[in-house]
Amino acid sequence: MFKPFTLFVFNLNKSNVFIRAKYATAVLPQFSANKYAVERKKFGTVRPSDIDYFRTILSKERILTDEEDVLPYNIDWIKNCRGQSQVVLRPTTTEEVSQILRYCNNNMLAVCPQGGNTGLVGGSVPVFDEIVLNLSLMNKIISLDEISGALVCEAGCILENLDNYVREHNLIMPLDLGAKGSCHIGGNVSTNAGGLRLLRYGNLHGTVLGIEAVKADGTVIDCLRTLKKDNTGYPLKHIFIGSEGTLGVITKVSIHCPAQPRSVSLGYFGVEKFENVLELYKSAKSSLGEILSAFEMADNESITSTVNNLKLSNPIGDYPMYVLVESHGSDENHDNEKLNRFLTQGMESGLILDGTVTSEPNKMKSIRNIRESIAGSGLIDGYVFKYDVSLPLRNYYDLVEDLRKKLGDRVTRVYGYGHVGDGNIHINVTVPQYSKEINSELEPYIFEQVSKLKGSISAEHGVGFRKPQFIHYSQGDTSLELMRELKRTMDPNGILNPYKVLPDVASYE
Amino acid sequence: MARVLVGVKRVIDYAVKIRVKPDKSGVVTDGVKHSMNPFDEIAVEEAVRMKEKKLASEVIAVSCGPTQAQETLRTALAMGADRAIHVEVAGPEYETLQPLHVAKILAKLSQDEKADIVIVGKQAIDDDSNQTAQMTAAILDWPQGTFASKVEKSDSGLTVTREIDGGLEVIKTKLPAVISADLRLNEPRYATLPNIMKAKKKPMKKVSAKDLGVDLAPRIKILSVEDPPVRQAGSIVPDVDTLVAKLKEGGHV
Repeated sequence: MFKPFTLFVFNLNKSNVFIRAKYATAVLPQFSANKYAVERKKFGTVRPSDIDYFRTILSKERILTDEEDVLPYNIDWIKNCRGQSQVVLRPTTTEEVSQILRYCNNNMLAVCPQGGNTGLVGGSVPVFDEIVLNLSLMNKIISLDEISGALVCEAGCILENLDNYVREHNLIMPLDLGAKGSCHIGGNVSTNAGGLRLLRYGNLHGTVLGIEAVKADGTVIDCLRTLKKDNTGYPLKHIFIGSEGTLGVITKVSIHCPAQPRSVSLGYFGVEKFENVLELYKSAKSSLGEILSAFEMADNESITSTVNNLKLSNPIGDYPMYVLVESHGSDENHDNEKLNRFLTQGMESGLILDGTVTSEPNKMKSIRNIRESIAGSGLIDGYVFKYDVSLPLRNYYDLVEDLRKKLGDRVTRVYGYGHVGDGNIHINVTVPQYSKEINSELEPYIFEQVSKLKGSISAEHGVGFRKPQFIHYSQGDTSLELMRELKRTMDPNGILNPYKVLPDVASYE
Repeated sequence: MARVLVGVKRVIDYAVKIRVKPDKSGVVTDGVKHSMNPFDEIAVEEAVRMKEKKLASEVIAVSCGPTQAQETLRTALAMGADRAIHVEVAGPEYETLQPLHVAKILAKLSQDEKADIVIVGKQAIDDDSNQTAQMTAAILDWPQGTFASKVEKSDSGLTVTREIDGGLEVIKTKLPAVISADLRLNEPRYATLPNIMKAKKKPMKKVSAKDLGVDLAPRIKILSVEDPPVRQAGSIVPDVDTLVAKLKEGGHV
C-alpha cells in the first residue's frame, strides 16, 4: 500500500485476463517455428474426434479451444516464443493426466506440459500445435508433517502460496524465486529451478523427497515418499528433476521445508569493482558462516535499468556494483553480532562503499523487489536476449565486459547479475526489437566462451526450446547418448515436450 | 532556526500478517516483527530534510513505549535525527496507551525542549486513530497543518499544502506549529551503513510519563477486536444462463 510499484512485472503472469488485455494492444511475438526455422515432426494433428475424447475425461470448461482463450498459453512471459497450439487441457487429477497421455501416446499427439509458464528458455510453451497440458488446477496441498518438514502437494501449487502455507507452521519453502507469485512447484522441480536461497538450503536434488510422475504412455510412477534416506534401487525421482517435462509429467511433489528462520536480515551494498565483490563474498563466508543464506550481485546497469524502467527507488547512491547479502538465523542477537562484525570489516577495508541493512520485513521486501525485478525490467527496453550460465568465480563477470565491448552501441544495454554464491550469472542484452544479426553475434559466441572456461551454458534456467543445439558445449557425446537412450525408454514416441532439451534425434522421424 | 520534535511509534510491520488474540482483547504482538510507523518515517524524513535545508537546527525523535521502542528511535537517529527521547511506558499501561496520553507527553516535551515544530505521522497503521497531531496542537494551543503533502518555509512561519477530499488546500501557519505527515509528503530514505553506525553513538534520554506529569489512566475501553469477515468462496458457472439464474436467485438482479 505504500510502495505501489512492487511486483509489477510478476503480476503480469497472475491472471490470464490481464494477459489477454495486454496482448490485445501489444504486438504479438513471432511464431517460434518461423523465428527459429524449426521443422514440425510427424505427429498427428488434433481432430474434433480427439476433442470429443477429451470431453469424456475433462469437464467442458477445462478444455480450451477458443483462439483467444488459448493464446496466453502459447506465449512465454518474456515474449520470446510463441506456439500454435489450439487446445489447452486442464486436468485436476493424476488419473486424468494419465488418461490424456495414454490417449495422446496411442494417437501420436504431441504434448507440452505447462506450469506457471514463467520459464526463460521457451520450455513451457508449444513450438507447433502440441496440446498444452496445463497443471494449474492441480493445486491442492496434500499433507505437511510439521516435525519432519515434509510437504506433499500437487504440481500446480503456486510457490508463494506454498511458502505462505508452510510459514503458518513455522517452516519455509527451500527455494525462492522472483517468479514465486506465478510459478508452480511442479515446474520448479521439472526444471530444477535454483533461485535465491540455494546457497543455504541446497538445490532441488537435495530437497525434493519424492515425486509422482506420469510417463508418456500414461503409466503413473509413484515415488512420492517423504523419506530423507531411501537407498532402494535407482533414484528415479532424480531423472524427473530437471528433465523439463521430456521424460514424464510431474503430478505430485514431496519436498523438505526447513525451519522458518527467527531472525532475517538483509544488507544491500555499493561496491567499487567486481574483484571487491569476490573479496566481500569471502569475508561473508567466514564472518557469517552458517547464517549466510544468499549472496547476490548486480552491476550498475542492472540496477539502473530496473530503477529507471520500473520506477523503483534505489536505497543507496550510484555504484559500479551492488551486493545483496541475506542472513537466516535463529537468534537475533547472535546474528546481529556476526553481521556487525562483517559490516564493520567491510566498511573499514573499503570493500563496502555504502549500503543499508535492515531486518524490517517491509524494507527487506522493497530491497528484494529491486533484485527480483531485474529479470523483468529489460523487457521495457523492447527485447531481451537472456543467458544464464555457471562460471568459475574468477571469470564470473568477464563475459559481461567482453560483450559490452563487442556489441558497443548496437544494443541498448548489456548487464550481468546473479547468484555469486552459486557461481551463476545472468547476462542480459537488451535491444529495441529482436534482431537476427545480434542473435548470431551472441550465439554461439557466449556458449563457446563458457565452454572454454568449463562452465555450464545453462545454470538454472534449463535447456528448453532455446538451447538444445548448444547443449554439446556442456555435455559430452557419451552423456548425450545416454540421455537419448533414457528418452527412448521413457517416451518412445517422443510426444512429451518435443523440440526441447535434446537436439534432434533421427530415429524419431 | 527551528527545533523540530518528531513523534515515532513502533508498530507491527505492515508486511506481517496480523493475528487477533483468541480472547479478542487485541492482536498478537509477541514474537512479531515491528518497525517504525510508515507515516512517522515520512515525518522523520521531513524533519531531517528541514535540517539539511538549514531550516531546522536540531531534530529530536520521541517514542512512547516499552524498551523495544529504542530500536525505532535508533532507526530515526540513523535516518538523521540528532537525539532521541524514550518515554518508557510498559506492561498494562502500554496496552492502554491512547492518543490523548501521547499528545500530552509530546506537548510537555515540546515545551521542555523548546521545540518550534512538532511533526508526527497523520496516523499509526495499527490503531488508525489519526488524533495525536490534532490533540497535541489543542493542548499547546498551537496552529496545526494536518495531512501535509508539502511543507515550505514562509516569512513568518510555514506554508502547508494539505490533502483534503477532492483536492489540496494551502494554508499558512505561524510558528510554533504542529504538522501531521501524509503519504505524499516525501519518500523516506533508507538508513545508510555509516549513519546506522553513527546512530549507535547518538544520545538517547529515557524518561517516564510520571517524570513528565502525565496521567496514563485509560480514557477509552476496548470492548472487542475481531477479524474482518472471511470472504466466501466463489464458484464457477458453466454459462451465462446459469449465471443470470444464480444472480436472480440471490436477489442481485
